[in-house]
Amino acid sequence: MGQTFAEKILSKYSGRTVVPGEIVEVKPDIAMSHDNTAAISVTFEQLGVDKLDDPDRHVIVLDHCTPPANEKFAMNHKITRNFVKKHGIKHFFDIEQGICHQVIIENGLCLPGTVMVGADSHSTTYGAFGAFGTGIGRSETAVIMATGKIWFRVPETIKIIIHGEFPDGVGSKDLILKIVGEIKADGALYKAVEFAGPTIENMTISSRIVLPNMAVELGAKIGYMIPNEETLEYLEGRAQKEFEVVESDPDAHFEKVLEFDISDLVPQIACPHTVDNVKPITEVEGTKIDEVFFGSCTNARLEDFEVVAEVLKGNQIHADVRMLVFPASKDIFLEAMRLGYVQTIAEAGAIIMNTGCGPCMGNHEGVPADGEVVLATNNRNYKGRLGNNESEVYLSSPLVSAHSAIKGFITDPRNN
Amino acid sequence: MSIKGKVWKYGDDINTDVIFPGKYTYTISDPNEMAEHALEDLDPDFAKNVKENDIIVGGKNFGCGSGREQAAVCIRMAGIRAVIAKSFSRLYFRNCVNNGLPVIVSAEAVDAIENGEIIEVDMDKGTITCAAGTFEFPALPPEVRGIFEDGGLIPHTKKILGTD
Ligand code: SF4
Repeated sequence: MGQTFAEKILSKYSGRTVVPGEIVEVKPDIAMSHDNTAAISVTFEQLGVDKLDDPDRHVIVLDHCTPPANEKFAMNHKITRNFVKKHGIKHFFDIEQGICHQVIIENGLCLPGTVMVGADSHSTTYGAFGAFGTGIGRSETAVIMATGKIWFRVPETIKIIIHGEFPDGVGSKDLILKIVGEIKADGALYKAVEFAGPTIENMTISSRIVLPNMAVELGAKIGYMIPNEETLEYLEGRAQKEFEVVESDPDAHFEKVLEFDISDLVPQIACPHTVDNVKPITEVEGTKIDEVFFGSCTNARLEDFEVVAEVLKGNQIHADVRMLVFPASKDIFLEAMRLGYVQTIAEAGAIIMNTGCGPCMGNHEGVPADGEVVLATNNRNYKGRLGNNESEVYLSSPLVSAHSAIKGFITDPRNN
Repeated sequence: MSIKGKVWKYGDDINTDVIFPGKYTYTISDPNEMAEHALEDLDPDFAKNVKENDIIVGGKNFGCGSGREQAAVCIRMAGIRAVIAKSFSRLYFRNCVNNGLPVIVSAEAVDAIENGEIIEVDMDKGTITCAAGTFEFPALPPEVRGIFEDGGLIPHTKKILGTD
């Protein structure tokens, strides 16, 4: 019988034919860590080896609290830089470069048919390029530094087929929120999720990334899609090594196949305090907001900037709202500047911040006050996620965030 | 190995942001200090009153969200010796195993166990005994059990590397 992508790639990397439920040991191609490298390096040192198994396997990006908010964060960065120098880690990206997942993609390190792990739960993002990408813990990353290896349980696969064309005002963020709302935060626990169908094939790279990025919000181990033509073109001249696309066999066994038709999809909002508390925008329209957080590895790419700039052009952000803008990478920032998006967004009254994760996990740069409501384009709205458990966070698409920033309340882009 | 302790029972989808708030993830590196903030945004009484050998019982998808390992470390350091849930998020499961903290899946036991009661978990027999009765749970795969039995991934790896 045929194999799914996950079964196939774990068979290839473990050197034997495997089935779901088995435990395998593999050597991932890439192991990513970010500001947590400081802590990981301490654990590595406890392991009693003095050299990394393969320094070129490791990618380190400083992004989670950049520039450092206080001396502790600064110390983490310093420890990380020293570790990088000591061990000759060439794939190191300092605080000006951007959010880890985006930086990895832009630097041609995210490749189809490879196994990529990251000490960050949103490492499922790499599936947008047809990689087996998953989050691991800090200790596990330290062990990979020492041994190159990690264990996995071979996951069953759920296939999600998307049909139809996006109606006006609706995009990939609305789609993934819809899916999370329907199948819930544990709907794909321990599973591989494969996104397929004509809609997925025709989406832009930036829109596609949103789906595997948030696959972890379904509990999934990986989110995967077959790299489309645009993706393969993007990799030409950028890929840092040769790769081979790995796809599920036509006769592979999927644990479940779910189908969604998006022809009638409306903008979706994840309401406090869980990502799967999703409602159609019509039910929460009018909710007053204090802050808009436009950023994160989910939605702060060039096409998101284009959408937001278009809406904000010639408008002013509501007097009671502050809008904070964090480009996902330096390259995106520069391009958005060149195209005039940054100018437009700043003229509308938004605050242009540095590239990085910003307030996404509550470290700094826009922590809300007690009782405040934030509309955010990131991927999580748990209590306290943005640094204050007395605030409320709603998640939306960049388009909804821009319209809402002008109005001062959650606004349906289709009526505006 | 048997663990006997008081139950701290919580609901479904307990996420790592409430187990160990994100704002501390880069500022607190001392495991004992992590313990002081365990479950801070979920149950402010927990860190003050938890005792050695206590047991956390959760619903489905326990430990979802961010994969921060401190969410496993902080409860372990606070004294928790086992977590029983209907299901775990995969990263939380891994992080617990890697820190030598038993993670047990048993929906029946979770439904039967009352908050605050004293229960006993027998890891060798694979049983949980509470006031409502005794429940069996499936053994961990041998590869995973090896890590747990060595006290976590770091001692386990040191054993393999011969650096212990
Ligand atoms: S932007 Fe947010 S979700 Fe993405 S890597 Fe940074 S902290 Fe994590």
